[in-house]
Amino acid sequence: MVAHADTRVVHRGGSKINFRAPVITQDSRFLICVSGECIKVFSTSTEECIHHLQGHKELVTGLVLNPSNHLQVFSCSEDGTIRLWDFTDGILIRVTLLHLKTPSTLHSVPGKRNNCEGCSRGHQCYMHLCYGIIYLCVDYLTSCALCSQGEYVASVKDNVLHVYFLNKKTFYRFALGTSGEMAARNAFTCVACHPKDDCIATGHGDGKIRLWRNFNQEKEYTFSTVHWHHSGVNALCFTPEGTNLLSGGLESVLVQWRYGQEGQKDFLPRLGSSIKEIVVSPDGSLFCTSHTDNKITVIKNCTKVSAVIQGLVHGDGVKTALMVDPRTKALVLNGKPGHLQFYSLQRDQQLYNLDIVQQEYINQSNLDQFEVVKAALDSRGSWLATVEQRSAKEVEISLKLWAFDEHTQSFVLNTTISAPHDGPISEICFSPSSQNSTTLVSVSLDGHFKAWQLTQPDPSDDEEASWSCDFVGDYHSLEPKCCCFSADGSLLAVSFKEVVTVWSPASWDLLTTLSQPPGAIQDLCFGRLSCSKYLLGATDKNLCCWNLLTCSLEWSTALDVSLLLADPLSENVAAFCGAEKTTDLFVFRPSEPRPHFSQQALCTGRVTRAVFAPRDEPLDGCEESSQWLNRSQLYFLTHNMELLTFLTKPEEERLMALSKQVAVLKKHKQEFLHTSCLLFISLFISQFALTLSAIMTLVLSILT
Amino acid sequence: MASFKPTRIQVYPKLGEKVTQDTLYWKNYKAPVQIKEFGAITSIDFSPLAPHTYAVTASTRVHIYGPFSQEPVKTFTRFKDTAYSGRFRSDGQLLVAGCEDSAVRLFDVSGRVAIRMFKGHTKAVHVADFTSHGYQILTGSDDYTCKLWDIPNSAELTSYKEHTDYIRCGITSKLNRDLFFTGSYDHTLKLFDARVDKSVMNMDHGQPVESLLLYPSEGLLVSAGGRYVKVWDLLKGGQPLVSLKNHHKTVTSLCLGSNGQRLLSASLDRHVKVYSTTNYKVVHNFDYAASILSLGLAPDDESIVVGMTNGILSIKHKRTPEDSKGAVQQKRQPAYRIFVKGKNYVPKQEDYLVSKPVRQYLAKYDKLLRKFNVSKALDEAMEVSTQWTRLRKSEIPMAVIKELDRRGTLKNALAGRDEKELCQLLSFVIMNLVDTRFTATLTTMAEMLLDIYQSTVGMSSLVDRQLLRLQELLDKETEYQQELMEVLGMLDVLFASAHPRKEVTLPGDGANGLAKGGIPHRPEIQAS
Repeated sequence: MVAHADTRVVHRGGSKINFRAPVITQDSRFLICVSGECIKVFSTSTEECIHHLQGHKELVTGLVLNPSNHLQVFSCSEDGTIRLWDFTDGILIRVTLLHLKTPSTLHSVPGKRNNCEGCSRGHQCYMHLCYGIIYLCVDYLTSCALCSQGEYVASVKDNVLHVYFLNKKTFYRFALGTSGEMAARNAFTCVACHPKDDCIATGHGDGKIRLWRNFNQEKEYTFSTVHWHHSGVNALCFTPEGTNLLSGGLESVLVQWRYGQEGQKDFLPRLGSSIKEIVVSPDGSLFCTSHTDNKITVIKNCTKVSAVIQGLVHGDGVKTALMVDPRTKALVLNGKPGHLQFYSLQRDQQLYNLDIVQQEYINQSNLDQFEVVKAALDSRGSWLATVEQRSAKEVEISLKLWAFDEHTQSFVLNTTISAPHDGPISEICFSPSSQNSTTLVSVSLDGHFKAWQLTQPDPSDDEEASWSCDFVGDYHSLEPKCCCFSADGSLLAVSFKEVVTVWSPASWDLLTTLSQPPGAIQDLCFGRLSCSKYLLGATDKNLCCWNLLTCSLEWSTALDVSLLLADPLSENVAAFCGAEKTTDLFVFRPSEPRPHFSQQALCTGRVTRAVFAPRDEPLDGCEESSQWLNRSQLYFLTHNMELLTFLTKPEEERLMALSKQVAVLKKHKQEFLHTSCLLFISLFISQFALTLSAIMTLVLSILT
Repeated sequence: MASFKPTRIQVYPKLGEKVTQDTLYWKNYKAPVQIKEFGAITSIDFSPLAPHTYAVTASTRVHIYGPFSQEPVKTFTRFKDTAYSGRFRSDGQLLVAGCEDSAVRLFDVSGRVAIRMFKGHTKAVHVADFTSHGYQILTGSDDYTCKLWDIPNSAELTSYKEHTDYIRCGITSKLNRDLFFTGSYDHTLKLFDARVDKSVMNMDHGQPVESLLLYPSEGLLVSAGGRYVKVWDLLKGGQPLVSLKNHHKTVTSLCLGSNGQRLLSASLDRHVKVYSTTNYKVVHNFDYAASILSLGLAPDDESIVVGMTNGILSIKHKRTPEDSKGAVQQKRQPAYRIFVKGKNYVPKQEDYLVSKPVRQYLAKYDKLLRKFNVSKALDEAMEVSTQWTRLRKSEIPMAVIKELDRRGTLKNALAGRDEKELCQLLSFVIMNLVDTRFTATLTTMAEMLLDIYQSTVGMSSLVDRQLLRLQELLDKETEYQQELMEVLGMLDVLFASAHPRKEVTLPGDGANGLAKGGIPHRPEIQAS
């Protein structure tokens, strides 16, 4: 195996924007949030992404506005640096190197603190930095908050609230019932500090909110309790004036409590999914809630949702296969619960969510919800088939077929088939035939596979065309697992345990059976273009290739294949193979059992979802190892739901060139600013000699 | 903030008749006007001239009704016995009627007394008709003879005695003055030519013939007798064309509608069936309260008049566009001025259209579901099931029950009911449990009800009675399912023997559907 330096696995889009609380700028015009290795600046009014601040080498873990210049923002990352950015122009101003590579957050403190102090107690580490920034290592904490006067830091972990007074350097510890059942219910989930009063609000696992007062002593502290949430409180935030307390949790309801009159509360229900963080703009006019489905909602005047910034929804796991919509070239996968999302890979932006289940989503844990488990698009993107399933006592399944409506440019429900099968559906696929009539095949664990066809109604009736069952097939009452159409749609292969059956969709005759025991077939795939006479089947231990002309085994090799994927635009087939803990990738042509590209240890965990996305314009790379990426790009989802792709060298160079151009443009702008700044300084230098010395210490501190 | 998504009411495929163009056409009639006559109505004949009055022969009278009158505009009562077959002449001036007393009477429509009386038959005359030129009368009698009479001098012209049983129907050709058909209880149809002294064509219907009908082109003859309606091709020498067997009792009357596009047949089985004359398929069906003896259709299908054995004359008038429009306008008249306010404003080109968000209206149960008031939502849904006028009165409660089940709160909603509410819930379960569309959900609901109220069995006689009913229903249903499975087994054997070599593939969902209905295990109810 040769190491391929010219192709690299990179993250492509879909990073979490809800990892840390977003930051709203002083004028409430921009919203800054972390997004993987970069920082994104959004407009709060238009939802548009204005800048990508790139520079960190690792995950960005903290963001805070520069307290001395409200047009700058500090960020910290796992790569051990703190960077200062100008977010209006998207320029990196300076980099401070730390030698701590732990997850951390940043907080700002008013007042001058030019000294560095460090404190460590137990598993907590507080670090002071100059320019009014406090750097907190939050590796072991559930949540922490800093008092706006910078007097104390409150942090929670399990059943203990710690308050650390920065000036006195004293440390108080408050614990709630730590034994048995109480412990689980009382566990702290979040903490917030009142901006004016000495009051700390904490959220708990049982939905209670406790307001702590008098906590500068360990004996005579008091707390009061309010309760509305039925499950854990995930986020708490005081408004800047301290008049209101905002809380949110799994119910996806934003609750606004009056500080001092906790009986009065306002609600903003149905925010979509569980609330993770709440942020209020400095003037108190905007609220931002970040949600578990990778979404940030901007709420205006406490009552109205004015903008929604949506990233790639990760959810609990993608149940559907990855697909590419032929019309929009968007990636289609599970989105919000009961939805399919269309995510543009080029723009790294969600295009839209398609509501499949069309039911009110109840935010409650341990509830069997309808989930979209399978989806398939036909080759022209005019039909979408979805399977939703609820596994309560009896499995409830419904198969829905959606037609693309040219007028509204979205999918419209055409047919709902409730209980299409008696058992769970293991795979659905459309026939790739280019004529008007297309066939959908659904394979179920009840031992049957069914073919569905669009039936045209009588021309006299004004009913629309709808789908109905055309054929029901089975094979010795074995359980079918997967199905696959050949490229021209003339053959259908359905695997039943160890046996692959090949059917003719025109007459629904069983043409032949193929089998290569031992091991049940896990995945099936036909070769494309010149290799269309080959059928590939993956069992637990082997990868087999049959020649359909001779109906005999062409070759087989011992591989533990987790996913077989054929590129629709070339002969190449990608096989993801699970090694012990990592995944290897082999790309080969079915005609020859030798891979022309292979990469070992691609990522950790098994890869079960991947897709070949056709490129808009093919690359003309001629190196043998990257030729397979010329026509289409391979995207895959890892075990922990990261979307990765391959980047070839020419592509990378092109991107670099592009970013350099942008950088040059920015540099010109910066130089102009710099000169004007120097002019400004020289004007005032005579009068403010002291200021100069302060600047000098500042620069020195950066250099060290 | 997304808006609340209302509960989706599942639309189930409608089994049974499909809505076609014909259904819409034949349903577009007003509620029938019913008039009680003195005896069975044996004949209805429309005047060929506008305003298309019609003669109704019942008992000893012949009534003439106007197109929209509910009272007879004219009555002929000078019959000694039961009158039969009141028919208009093609100019609408004269009317002829047979009688049980063997005399045939001819009336002037404007007069009262019979202007001619033809005597010569020895038994009741059931058939009387004018020939196409209008100067002669054809009669057929129970004395097996049919005769032609001359009107001006009321003399018998010819007599044919070829039938061997009662002659109960006859029709004259509208194109040829000399041709006429008779049908008899001897199962035959005969075509006579007045210029020769015997029948020129003979057809065997196979049943006593009750009614005859000629197509306007006179190429086809339709005969009704027994349960059959048969069509004969006269141009091919009386060859049978089709035989229709759509009634389950004797067909008594025939009629053409929609300019000869549709054929109507009325029968003693209380149905009127409408056939397409191109493919002779039944396209519509009317139900009536009693056995039908006579049927008449006004030109352009303006009204359908049906006479029944119990003496009721049912008249259905076609609904005109003004009728339906008038009804709607009447409803909105009080608020018309307010309703129309600003509606006729035409926007100018430079106007900027500001659209107001459409307010979402929720049903009562949805409002309660939104507030998580599960018990009240279930109450509201049950309320729907008790409203008789409501459409989809099972579907809406079922959708709410399903929604509650999905939310995991069905048990909470069912608990804490008093005797009356519990009885209502149980009766809903009993009513809908055997419906295969609802069985799965209602089984879980019944199980929950039994779990919750197990301890209260025996405390209320009302509830106990409902529980016993439920048990009875379940026993019956299990038995029925068992029988169905047996039938399925038999069918499988038949299929297997029909295709001895081939792989057994189910032909479609049909055979599978039976098995799907199988009811899963349910706990037996303990009722004391």
